[in-house]
Amino acid sequence: MSESVPGIAPEVFAPVKAPVSPTQASEEVEFVQLLTPEGERVEHPDYSFDLDDEAVKGFYRDMTLVRRIDTEATALQRQGELGIWASLLGQEAAQIGSGRALNKKDMVFPTYREHGVAWCQGVDPLNLLGLFRGVDQGAWDPRDNNFHLYTIVIGAQTLHATGYAMGQQRDGAVGGDPDNDTDGEATIAYFGDGASSQGDVNEAFIYASVFNAPVVFFCQNNQWAISEPIDRQTRIPLYQRAAGFGFPGVRVDGNDVLATYAVTQQALKRAREGSGPTLVEAYTYRMGAHTTSDDPTKYRLSEDLEYWKLKDPIERVKAYLTRSAGVDSDFFDAIEAEADGIAARLREGCLSMPDPTLTDFFDHAYVEQTPQLAEQKAQYAAYAASFEGEN
Amino acid sequence: MAKISLGKGINMGLRAAMENDPKVLIMGEDIGKLGGVFRVTEGLQKDFGEDRVIDTPLAESGIIGTAVGLALRGYRPVCEIQFDGFVFPAYDQIINQVAKMHYRSMGKLKMPIVIRIPFGGGIGAVEHHSESPETLFAHVAGLKVVACGDPVDAYWMIQQAIASDDPVVFFEPKRRYHEKAELDESAGATYPLYKAKVVREGTDATLFCYGPMVKTCLQAAEAALEDGRNLEVVDLRTIAPLDLATIFESVKKTRRAVVVHEAPLSLGTGSELAARVTEECFYHLEAPVLRVAGFDTPYPPSRMEEEYLPDLDRVLEGVDRVMEY
Repeated sequence: MSESVPGIAPEVFAPVKAPVSPTQASEEVEFVQLLTPEGERVEHPDYSFDLDDEAVKGFYRDMTLVRRIDTEATALQRQGELGIWASLLGQEAAQIGSGRALNKKDMVFPTYREHGVAWCQGVDPLNLLGLFRGVDQGAWDPRDNNFHLYTIVIGAQTLHATGYAMGQQRDGAVGGDPDNDTDGEATIAYFGDGASSQGDVNEAFIYASVFNAPVVFFCQNNQWAISEPIDRQTRIPLYQRAAGFGFPGVRVDGNDVLATYAVTQQALKRAREGSGPTLVEAYTYRMGAHTTSDDPTKYRLSEDLEYWKLKDPIERVKAYLTRSAGVDSDFFDAIEAEADGIAARLREGCLSMPDPTLTDFFDHAYVEQTPQLAEQKAQYAAYAASFEGEN
Repeated sequence: MAKISLGKGINMGLRAAMENDPKVLIMGEDIGKLGGVFRVTEGLQKDFGEDRVIDTPLAESGIIGTAVGLALRGYRPVCEIQFDGFVFPAYDQIINQVAKMHYRSMGKLKMPIVIRIPFGGGIGAVEHHSESPETLFAHVAGLKVVACGDPVDAYWMIQQAIASDDPVVFFEPKRRYHEKAELDESAGATYPLYKAKVVREGTDATLFCYGPMVKTCLQAAEAALEDGRNLEVVDLRTIAPLDLATIFESVKKTRRAVVVHEAPLSLGTGSELAARVTEECFYHLEAPVLRVAGFDTPYPPSRMEEEYLPDLDRVLEGVDRVMEY
């Protein structure tokens, strides 16, 4: 297609070859990469990874443990213990790299798939299960770990993040205090390629831009919004959209934990210093289904999956640690054992979660209960009590 | 005591709230230098600065969505929606986020957000500028919905709404912005926010109303005296929750009730009020609860709005029906 549109340069108008199939696209995709799929360290002119191998071992541990948590949760769903689960399989590097770049005072607004970021923020993995088991809608206190509740409505949390960042700005928390060696605060908003089409995400870009809010928009482009491939969301690489909103955008190898760490760290630093938002597009792949209710065999090729398996975020770190850092099998075995322990605890905790009581939830609708709702609660409690003693 | 307009009452109430609490900030379109299209926020940006009186981009979901984030950060945002018909781009954020946050966090997170919406018709405006969407919010668990009907209430109610830890959708009767009344600021708020007010005592029937219809109903009650009818008028003030105690007390006294609102008849505030009164006051009633309301059409072109809107004559016709039942 090469029709000419007045005022639009043909190269802009011409459809970009969309990365539907990674076998077509991966060679064309340019991104920041610091560790190849084979586990070789490479340098990038603008981004460097400045931590030691101990930190890389830490990333390996994080990724391995969250993958095990994820696998266990999927198993729990298959056994009927969870109603549904949204797997992060394949996105461990994007989440651990960005999550570990956060400072203590930074605030996170996740989607429902950010189990790895939750891990980095210290949220008990068991607390993540309540929503999917149907006993609560998020059992953790977001203020304890600076990790907001999972947001189900696609993209809505990007505006919350922007507003929160505007609050940090108004609190004088941006720019830091060099005298006290403080860095300032930033907020990070997680969302996906599907969400990039939402009005809320685009409004968040605009608000963040015009108010110069200290927010990092971290898009995990996992190529699929349930069954819709990325070319149904965009004709240009997502990170390039940032230019139209007036702030930098960068694409990073989302399966490279060193690169996602380095790129996110720089974006957060920029935000904390008062230089405004950045869009990070972490180019990755959803290895599992959208959720346990989904069936990807209906809409994508198994070749794609095979291709992306070779780019696994954990295997490349293991290869690096083994070959270049002299890490032996004791280290890996110990982490496997730790993962098994976490999984066992998760399973046990899930099975022993108490069922909630509807009457308790009446009290949460309002801070100041209304007389009408108090009456409904009392009526329902009496009604429910009338069955007590029956089988 | 100064005589102030309803719009000025809200302006003064906002100013007082901002002076009392540095966490209060207001946000919306054209609210800064212009002072809002109705001048309700006039002078506030000059005195409180651009960080507390925020001219937002023209994106309503953005207004409410960022207000959610600001509230999570400890602020108390007061959001202005420019006109009633423009709130819907923000409806998702209001319904799914603002209303549910306290519930889904099991009480850990509060949303002390006020959403101000000028509502109702009668100003000769083009479409989408004259709507009465209050029950679209009143139906949603987690939100509280109020409407002021006079300048004194405007001044106190906006401050009470801002002080509320629950989110409040605050409806302002735009065609009454210029109505005036005496305000004694030193008197203090004599009425709680979630309480209806008997604005005219009567014996023969009760007119229940709110917002722009309060004045209409008071005029109708005066006119009804010529027919020898002594009508009580109750300004509901709070639509969600309804102040049932005051409503029941009045109905048990007058035994006849007419609910008046601009919003379309079906499933309006009158529907819920009628159901509640039927449940509680069944043996006190001399007639069914009747409703005088807008019609179940979209709001009409303004040349016809005088016919669409309940006016003195339509209210009196409703009174005739309830008296002659």
